[in-house]
Amino acid sequence: MPVMTMIQAIRAGLDEALETDPRVMIVGEDVGALGGVFRATDGLQAKYGEARVVDMPLAEASIVGAALGLAVSGMRPIAEIQFLGFAHQAFHQIGQQVARMRFRSQGHCAVPLVLRAAFGGGVRTPELHSDAFEAFYAHCPGLKVVMPATAYDAKGLLATAIADPDPVLFCEPLRGYRLVKDDVPDEPYRVPFGQLRIARAGREVTLVAWSAAVQLAERAADALAAGGISAEVLDLRTLNPLDVDGLAAAVARTGRCVVVQEAPLSGGFGAEVVATLVETAFYHLQAPVERVSAPDTPYPLAGVEDFYLPSVDDVVHAARRTLAAA
Amino acid sequence: MVNVLDPSGTLAAGTASPLDDDEVLAALRLMKLSRAFDAKGASLQRQGRFGTFSQVAGQEASVVGSAWALDPVRDWIVPQYRELPALLRHGYPLSNFIRYFQGNPAGGAIPDGVNLLPIQISIAAQLPHAVGLAWGLQRQAKDAVVLVYFGDGASSEGDFHEACNLAGLVGAPVVFFLQNNGWAISTPRRKQSAGRTLAERAAAYGFPGAVVDGNDLFAVYAETARAVARARDGGGPTLIESVTRRLGPHNTADDPTRYVDPADAEHWRALDPIDRVERYLVQRDAHHAARIAAFDADVAGEIERALADADGGDAVNRDQLFAHVYADPPVRVVRQRAQRVLGDR
Ligand SMILES: Cc1ncc(C[n+]2csc(CCOP(=O)(O)OP(=O)(O)O)c2C)c(N)n1
Ligand SMILES: [Mg+2]
Repeated sequence: MPVMTMIQAIRAGLDEALETDPRVMIVGEDVGALGGVFRATDGLQAKYGEARVVDMPLAEASIVGAALGLAVSGMRPIAEIQFLGFAHQAFHQIGQQVARMRFRSQGHCAVPLVLRAAFGGGVRTPELHSDAFEAFYAHCPGLKVVMPATAYDAKGLLATAIADPDPVLFCEPLRGYRLVKDDVPDEPYRVPFGQLRIARAGREVTLVAWSAAVQLAERAADALAAGGISAEVLDLRTLNPLDVDGLAAAVARTGRCVVVQEAPLSGGFGAEVVATLVETAFYHLQAPVERVSAPDTPYPLAGVEDFYLPSVDDVVHAARRTLAAA
Repeated sequence: MVNVLDPSGTLAAGTASPLDDDEVLAALRLMKLSRAFDAKGASLQRQGRFGTFSQVAGQEASVVGSAWALDPVRDWIVPQYRELPALLRHGYPLSNFIRYFQGNPAGGAIPDGVNLLPIQISIAAQLPHAVGLAWGLQRQAKDAVVLVYFGDGASSEGDFHEACNLAGLVGAPVVFFLQNNGWAISTPRRKQSAGRTLAERAAAYGFPGAVVDGNDLFAVYAETARAVARARDGGGPTLIESVTRRLGPHNTADDPTRYVDPADAEHWRALDPIDRVERYLVQRDAHHAARIAAFDADVAGEIERALADADGGDAVNRDQLFAHVYADPPVRVVRQRAQRVLGDR
């Protein structure tokens, strides 16, 4: 099985979709000759033509709004938003239109649309490019939110997203694009939504993460293991649908949990995870659930982003606190 | 297209220089400073000492000519991100610009009395700000004009159209200065709009639009000065489309060989806006050659001093995450600061 980086796996998934389904179109900024600013669509315009891989005018609201129209017309658009921070320019289209069109038309207008967006910190981007805004979108009923952490999952979840009859926001961690590499089959496969992955088995404390924070949690698990503590790492894979049962069962096994998110603390998706555990695993908890996150301040310039982002140390300390509790 | 100085440095028939020689020399020095800083910034970026950064190269006449038409004491500039020499002329210290691209939040600081908003990264978001700023200054009877920079790519965003619409309605004293440099990253101008020009949209919003040769310092200056004067006299907004070309990559992370036709690049290289001004000055007076030659060492020295200044400032620190987020931080943020800065885990 070939080893691929996450960006290669995504490109392979897009290629497969264009190859197998003539309704699939890619629309976005710089997706053509440039192949996208991260090369996710490298070579695809040359292979499938300018009518199927389309360089759009610089206007996110019309990229997303037109993709909705394309989807309703019977096409299968995959829209690339260059950075999730610039999906704000399309937020009304995403939250009010794309996510609700099925509901508002009482099932008449389905929107099988995939929105891909790069996001997240740690790669020294210019300002406003790095925020982890997934919680905004997890708060939009009607929209599925997918957050792969591995190359294998990126391709398999992308295939599931493209096949889904409803809109999906597919968030790609900038930090993982080239750093994360794993085995990715050449043949088509799907990774189902709503099933978390046990990234690392462990017994004493559960670390819950998604996207690039999974690798952070794994490094923390290594550090804890060096100190004789067995930590389990869960990768949620999809925030909506959330694997409520898998989460509750996993945390019930250890009774201790740390939720790791890259986003600021307040109102982050970690709060949803904690609340879900309080509802579903309360009597198994042996310590308060901890959250590790960025502070409640704006994503800063690159020179201080390492101070801002949650660190291995932060996760290790939080895990030790849960173990120190009675 | 408005044109005053042709590529050989000769004034078009029936035109005169809108600036005297000393001013042209000063503008040229700033253009050369910008070009030299482009090279320095790219080299620092390759060494990992600078973040991703967008060069001005090719657009110096467009940026400097437009900024020259403003009075830094009264007027405002609302930038995009490719206008370093305009920011400098308006009073933003080069050392702060350097700190910003070193990733130090301190670089964002705008000195008191400097009429600038921060560099804008979110494309076109600055355009409505500029309209509101101009409208507010006008409401307060301040004798001030706002010039807002943006690109051909930015002119596709809704924010641009909404800003123009509002500016036309309230008669805001604003100059929309559109730098059509041919590209929005890899997307060519022809893929942004089916319209013949970008400036002709002004008519739909009820104010004048003009297209100028953006590699012609005099044309840019004269047309901008006209728009500024109109705004000052209560005549409302103007849209200026400055037709120029980015000669380098979009930014230091870009690979233009994937999308730029070398023949087009060659064509525009021959229209270099700096060469044009130099030719003009030397044709006016052969003695200018020596003054121009001295600029190279002079601007290199200025850049080195600014770098030393930037490096001499306080090192980055955790407190910068929390400073200037709120005037009065909420208690939770105060506690987060205590944990992270003072180490109370
Ligand atoms: C809202 C938004 N969308 C996308 C981007 C990514 N991006 C950065 S620069 C750029 C192109 C801008 O082109 P233009 O306005 O012509 O300015 P130029 O870089 O040519 O000076 C794009 C798409 C962004 N920064 N903001
Ligand atoms: Mg441009």
